[in-house]
Amino acid sequence: MSTPVLNKTAVNENARILGIGAYRPDVIVTNEDVCQWIDSSDEWIRQRTGIITRHRAAADVSVIDMAEGAAREAIQQAGIEPSQLGAVIVSTVTHPYATPSAAAALTERLGATPAPAFDISAACAGYCYGVAQADALVRSGAAQYVLVVGAEKLSDVIDNHERTISFLLGDGAGAVVVGPSDTPGIGPSVWGSDGSKWDAIGMTHSLEDVKKLGESARHSDEIDDPAILSATQDVWPTLRQDGQTVFRWAVWEMAKVAQQALDAAGIEATDLAAFVPHQANMRIIDEMVKKLKLPESVVIGRDIAQAGNTSAASIPLATHRLLKENPELSGGLALQIGFGAGLVFGAQVVVLP
Amino acid sequence: MASNEEILAGLAEIVNEETGLAPEAVELDKSFTEDLDIDSISMMTIVVNAEEKFGVRIPDEEVKNLKTVGDAVSFIANAQA
Repeated sequence: MSTPVLNKTAVNENARILGIGAYRPDVIVTNEDVCQWIDSSDEWIRQRTGIITRHRAAADVSVIDMAEGAAREAIQQAGIEPSQLGAVIVSTVTHPYATPSAAAALTERLGATPAPAFDISAACAGYCYGVAQADALVRSGAAQYVLVVGAEKLSDVIDNHERTISFLLGDGAGAVVVGPSDTPGIGPSVWGSDGSKWDAIGMTHSLEDVKKLGESARHSDEIDDPAILSATQDVWPTLRQDGQTVFRWAVWEMAKVAQQALDAAGIEATDLAAFVPHQANMRIIDEMVKKLKLPESVVIGRDIAQAGNTSAASIPLATHRLLKENPELSGGLALQIGFGAGLVFGAQVVVLP
Repeated sequence: MASNEEILAGLAEIVNEETGLAPEAVELDKSFTEDLDIDSISMMTIVVNAEEKFGVRIPDEEVKNLKTVGDAVSFIANAQA
């Protein structure tokens, strides 16, 4: 008896981004607002970071709400029905449940059930990780259309009074639909990690710390034990970074990764219509532009001035703004690169939708 | 291997590119923060560019010890030796 031969999935030769969407929450936080919490000034913040405002979500707006807003626009622009989605990927580090995923809830809300759904935890590289996955899924034939969302409610995990990262951060969501294409629309992804710098950006506490606090509260005789009340405020995990280490890594190592993505795509900087790096800090963006020797003709994503740093949402949000303000960029090539906590990074050249 | 004069000239060029300060203003006894008004982010950019130009490694923990232009020149000269 001969061994049966398995069927193979019919592959797609190429994939590209078919539609893009954005959700920017309503609350605007200015530098003056920030200066109520930290000793700083509008001028200092603008000079060091390029940030003028950040959008933040109201208490009743969740990561999934924002993801839905961005996803609906991307699906509509892609010209498909939600039921045609073959996979839904949400990149986020601020969905407040370890399980179930934000993606499963989003898929149900969109009417895309039973599409496979999962979250990616790759912080500020999450969107580029998602695009790398979507590209692979579509070209392998595992899915025809893939929704990739970067959605973050970072305002839930900041301490307004600390100075390393909180004042940079905003909330929001950006989404794209990736699908089959006649011509290559997503260049090879250059992605990776460096866990030796695991501590460079991260949370002040783990869920285990929260669990221990809960246990001590249960064993306390006092209903309003002041020690436990105070510990409750301190134990909520918030973000911190070693700015110096991260800045150097971003400027130095990430410019190399961006160049590798250009090389892998087989194009030169002069072929680009746009450069959309993760919106971490305007000074990092400026320095990368210099290191990559991008010509003046390349339009640079600088959404950080209005949106702040929105982690996984920053690249699709910045791309969305660029396309709105410069519709002629549609069809042009954009180099996108995400980098952040892990440390992790991902970059690829894409054809703009 | 560069002489101290060459390192100073190279550093002045890097500082000029980052801040617009005239290269002549970048003298050995000048403090990066006090005299040249260079902030921490510019300092990191200068460090990264100096590493590239002179082929040396300046660890993060060393950067805070580089108070004057002279400190940086000596560090780079020693690192190259």
